[in-house]
Amino acid sequence: MPQMFDRWPHRAPRPGEAMAHVRAVESGKGLGTLWRIFRLTLRHPVMAGITIVATIIASGLQLAVPRLLGEAVDQAEGVLAGGTGASAALWQTALVLLGVSVARGLFTMLHNYFGEATGHHTAYELRLAVYEKIQRLSFGYHDKVHTGDLITVGMLDLDGVRMFFATGILRVVLLGILLGAGSVMLLTTDPLLGLLALSFAPFVAWRSATSQLELRSTWLTLQDMLQNLSRVMEENLGGIRVVRAFAGEAHELDKFDTVSDKALALAHTRVDLRVNSTAAMNLSFLISMGLVLAFGGEKVLSGTMSVGTLTSFLTFMTILQMPVRQLGLMVNSFARASTCGDRLFDFLDLDLDIADRPDAKPLVITDGTLTFEAVQFAYPSAPERAVLTGISFTARRGETVGIVGPPGSGKSSIAHLIPRFYDVTGGRVLIDGQDVRTLTLDTLRQAVAVVQQDSFLFTTNIENNIAYGDPWAKEQQIARSAEFAQLHNYVMGLPTGYQTIVGERGVSLSGGQRQRLNIARALMLDPAVMVFDDSTAAVDAGTEQRIRQSMKQFAANRVTLIISHRLSSLMHANRILFVEGGAIAEEGTHAQLLALGGRYRALYDLQSRASEDQSEAAE
Amino acid sequence: MTDSALEDIDTEEKARRPPKAVVGSSLDREEEVFGKAYDPRVVRRIWAFVGPYRKNLLVSVAAVIIFTLTQLAIPLVIRHAIDHGMVPGGGSASATARTTLYWVIVGYGLIIGVNFAASYVQELVVGKAAENVLFDMRRAMFARLQQVSLSFMDKTEVGRLMSRLMGDVNAMQEFLETSVLSVGDLILLFGIIGVLLWLDPLLGLITMATMPVLFIVRLFWLPPAKKSFMDAHHANSANNGALAEGINGVRTVQSLDRQRVNFDLYEEKSRTNLLAHLRAAKFAQVMVPIVDSLTGMSMATVVVVGGQMVLHRQLDVGIMVAFLFYIQRFFDPIRSLTMQYSVFQRAMSSGTRIIEVLDVPLAITDKPGAVALGADMDGSVEFDHVSFGYRKDIPVLKNVSFRVNPGETVAVVGPTGSGKSSCMALVHRFYDVTEGAVRVGGHDVRDVTGNSLGTSIAMVLQEPFLFTGTVFENIRYAKADATREAVIAAAKAVGAHEFIVTLADGYDTRIEQRGGNLSLGQRQLISFARALVADAKILVLDEATANIDSYTEMLIQKALKRLLEGRTGLVIAHRLATIRGADRIIVLQNGEIIENGNHTELMAQGGLYAKLYTMNYSSFDDLPTGIGTNPGADVGKAT
Ligand SMILES: Nc1ncnc2c1ncn2[C@@H]1O[C@H](COP(=O)(O)OP(=O)(O)OP(=O)(O)O)[C@@H](O)[C@H]1O
Ligand SMILES: Nc1ncnc2c1ncn2[C@@H]1O[C@H](COP(=O)(O)OP(=O)(O)OP(=O)(O)O)[C@@H](O)[C@H]1O
Ligand SMILES: [Mg+2]
Ligand SMILES: [Mg+2]
Repeated sequence: MPQMFDRWPHRAPRPGEAMAHVRAVESGKGLGTLWRIFRLTLRHPVMAGITIVATIIASGLQLAVPRLLGEAVDQAEGVLAGGTGASAALWQTALVLLGVSVARGLFTMLHNYFGEATGHHTAYELRLAVYEKIQRLSFGYHDKVHTGDLITVGMLDLDGVRMFFATGILRVVLLGILLGAGSVMLLTTDPLLGLLALSFAPFVAWRSATSQLELRSTWLTLQDMLQNLSRVMEENLGGIRVVRAFAGEAHELDKFDTVSDKALALAHTRVDLRVNSTAAMNLSFLISMGLVLAFGGEKVLSGTMSVGTLTSFLTFMTILQMPVRQLGLMVNSFARASTCGDRLFDFLDLDLDIADRPDAKPLVITDGTLTFEAVQFAYPSAPERAVLTGISFTARRGETVGIVGPPGSGKSSIAHLIPRFYDVTGGRVLIDGQDVRTLTLDTLRQAVAVVQQDSFLFTTNIENNIAYGDPWAKEQQIARSAEFAQLHNYVMGLPTGYQTIVGERGVSLSGGQRQRLNIARALMLDPAVMVFDDSTAAVDAGTEQRIRQSMKQFAANRVTLIISHRLSSLMHANRILFVEGGAIAEEGTHAQLLALGGRYRALYDLQSRASEDQSEAAE
Repeated sequence: MTDSALEDIDTEEKARRPPKAVVGSSLDREEEVFGKAYDPRVVRRIWAFVGPYRKNLLVSVAAVIIFTLTQLAIPLVIRHAIDHGMVPGGGSASATARTTLYWVIVGYGLIIGVNFAASYVQELVVGKAAENVLFDMRRAMFARLQQVSLSFMDKTEVGRLMSRLMGDVNAMQEFLETSVLSVGDLILLFGIIGVLLWLDPLLGLITMATMPVLFIVRLFWLPPAKKSFMDAHHANSANNGALAEGINGVRTVQSLDRQRVNFDLYEEKSRTNLLAHLRAAKFAQVMVPIVDSLTGMSMATVVVVGGQMVLHRQLDVGIMVAFLFYIQRFFDPIRSLTMQYSVFQRAMSSGTRIIEVLDVPLAITDKPGAVALGADMDGSVEFDHVSFGYRKDIPVLKNVSFRVNPGETVAVVGPTGSGKSSCMALVHRFYDVTEGAVRVGGHDVRDVTGNSLGTSIAMVLQEPFLFTGTVFENIRYAKADATREAVIAAAKAVGAHEFIVTLADGYDTRIEQRGGNLSLGQRQLISFARALVADAKILVLDEATANIDSYTEMLIQKALKRLLEGRTGLVIAHRLATIRGADRIIVLQNGEIIENGNHTELMAQGGLYAKLYTMNYSSFDDLPTGIGTNPGADVGKAT
């Protein structure tokens, strides 16, 4: 059976085409949501075509069944008409009936399978587009949006869109054909009875339209509620150490209950709405059937209709019963697709605020100089709060610049501007005279490595984590970076060495080990600008000193920025900037700053005087 | 890196060698984390959640039965109408027939009325009860996760738990909503069989001769189909896991310019997922033509055999019509039961995953009769020959003993990875020691309630974690009833007040996920303030000021001096200036205490502490030699 399966006609996606899919998905900007989903379906014309044809044939065959049954009944009664060929006719009808059933089954299978397959192909393309978008959206966007919300878009909303073809569009086709062809058939056979048989349709149509609207809005609110709920749970689990440290379990359960109860109430409302509409639809159908029975019976009584014809009328109605029952699902699918689709496409249509400009050029490194020119900056999420107010400095290849300053003074923000994680709001950041905003992001980010202050480690082994920026690195290279970062010995002491998995976000490492892994990761690269953002805060002085030692040769070829609170880390720098309130308050070499006797000096005194003096001074 | 020979990887070789890269977690399959134990009583366990809604269930089963009976009755009514209500040709027979027809129509009206009411009640009751059950289950899981040990949480990714809490719970919904319907389907199935046999035993038997074929086919179909469904499920979670990772690690991805490699890897995962789903869909659909062919076979049989019987006047034509009706409906319940079966399968695998969460062993629980540490607890902390390891093969603490007297402030220093944070985790009983005992206030931590331990110890963790919410809510986290004044006082003590008031909404400014809109130092200050608000007897500071400048730190220390009065302090720091206020210093190395005493004593000893101390203050250029490196350790013993 499996081999047979693999020969079913479908075109397996080829990896090389992945980007084309992404562009195609993004191209429908501005179109109506449902139409846009439909267009995505049409990207698979063969499969969608087979599906629609199969749907039409299957429903045609479905319609043939009542006819045949009606005939059979009439033939069986044929003895009244005195026909001797009745028996042969029965055989013939039976065979046709069998054939029709088999064919109907086959086509239904094709219809179901290809309907689903089309959806899965669409989902595959949407997944790629969502992933690509996530990877390209700026830090500014990710600052504002909770990860859980993005996961909802990428999973639930995507599913809603995926199912639309099979549970929405195809049901419309199926129902349309059954009703359309059926009504022609019925109306030509007997106009009055036909009208009665179809009398439920307008009611159902009206009901679906109205309940679709209501369901849609409940869907939206419910989705939001569930999102809140998962946010509460996710934060709880992510911050479980804090929860435990403060015995916050009861408090967390309260938080959970508040959100959960609201969501539950809404879920109940949704059930109400759904049941109200489906039950009424079903009843209207049964009433039509009753009318057919009453008036049809009357006709049979008066001899204007055969029992067989009436049978085929009634059978036809039973065939309709399934799709009518599914109407509720169909309505649901429309509501879901349009809500989910709205959100999904809104996400996919987001403009990238940090992206290559149309005329972006690759970075050309000549003498390797980094320049900040009167840089001003505010975070996009708090535009009115100036974080940097005029930062200017220059650093040449081989130079090291140290940055110190109180928390929140803007040190990390300076680092963020170099690889263009954010864009400046005033002034310029230049590398060899080229404004970073005019460069292609790829070349820029390959030339700038930032060891970020709060490092993120991936749930994979140490080797993959170190090689994150250069996945084709060789083992020796990885080991060497680890050695430079003073991590190699620790790793070699582990039973599984570089293959050891670090746990989520590196939980199974100590704070200092995490930081050193983070440093090793950056040392794999060969950037023109290297930034260490407070990256040895959790490392002891001895280890730190050795890291610094090995870094010396590394720094020779590039600009190095060291942000640190520990002055021993940066006092050897060519220039030290003391940043306060987003501006450079003091600037110079270690010796110059000491001589200046300002804030840097105060810091130095605090860190270098013997502890006895300090405890007295603190008195 | 600097060595150009190493760097020179040509693209050709790149193409040949796979990258050292994956997207999505590399953790072992989660079954191993949760223990494979498939609980055959999943159904019973889930039933326990349905228990409270037993009444609703009864009502809905009753409604479903009524509903099914009316469904079953409708063809019979039609049959009656045809056989007795429709005698064409006028005359008295026709007249009585007409009366019969009227009554039948009235009966029909009644039946569909009942049908409507029953289906309404059933769907409403079941729908709501199902939602209740789902929310109850989720809550039970969440409550359980509040109790499981941290060693379990360390091994388990948040995303995987979330997929159980949301995904698997939602997957149960379909099952719960439709399982009552399958009761109806079963009744319908047996009802139809019964009615057919009653209407005409012979014809009934012949008609149903196709049934065994169906069962045999299903027997062969089921095992591979089931496997394909499971594969699709796994491929899907792998795919979603990779997505979640992409979202969480996006800053690192962009910073290291890994987008392209990740995209290709993700494409591969998505493609695997797609193919697995296509395969599962094929298995699901291949049954359709089989069922339909069998339906056709049965109908053909009725037409031929039944038709002959009608021809020979052995059967009313109405019965034949009823047969045809029933056969059409006969396969409906079979079909929906088949569908229901795969829903059931899926629900059971989700159910198992839910039960697994509910059954995670609680490695750390309150003993029966555990004492609660009261306000009168003296605040002493004692390590009595403690050994500990996260994994059996790697000891982290070896035979550690020390005592912190009430009111004393003790500093713990040592090279990175030496076990300082682990010590603090043991004080709070995040983990249980493997040997020895940790005593707080004179009680073994295993004999006191977790809750009272939590309120007696306030911690500033090495990694500051903030919740989404306002600054105020975050500082108040440890004490939900803390006043605004207390919160502001704590913020002032750690020097956070100044920056908080400059935020857009001051204390009511919203903190984004994990504190992303604050600088790391600011996050640390808030997490520090949070610990102060807790107003606990013992204060544990694990690198609480590592990301804060020395000047701010000095201000904090001044404030702390007052706040620590009468409290016990445990302080970890790498910057030795941080521990200047400590009464005593403990030096840890490789999980062992190598020095213990006050600053003067330790300096006089000339050991590791003295070495670190001088290093801290000496210029970076005169690197002292002799700080060796032995494998597994970060800083070797002083020579
Ligand atoms: N949750 C964990 N699971 C497994 N191993 C762990 C876990 N936490 C820490 N370890 C390991 O235990 C050892 C001690 O770690 P610990 O965090 O106690 O060190 P530390 O002294 O606090 O170091 P640092 O100064 O770098 O924070 C380390 O080798 C670390 O890799
Ligand atoms: N993502 C963000 N969105 C909005 N505001 C932010 C964001 N990140 C930082 N800020 C604010 O910008 C200011 C500067 O932050 P930055 O991270 O540059 O400080 P820092 O000097 O690195 O401090 P630290 O020493 O604590 O790391 C702070 O007031 C902070 O609250
Ligand atoms: Mg910073
Ligand atoms: Mg630590």
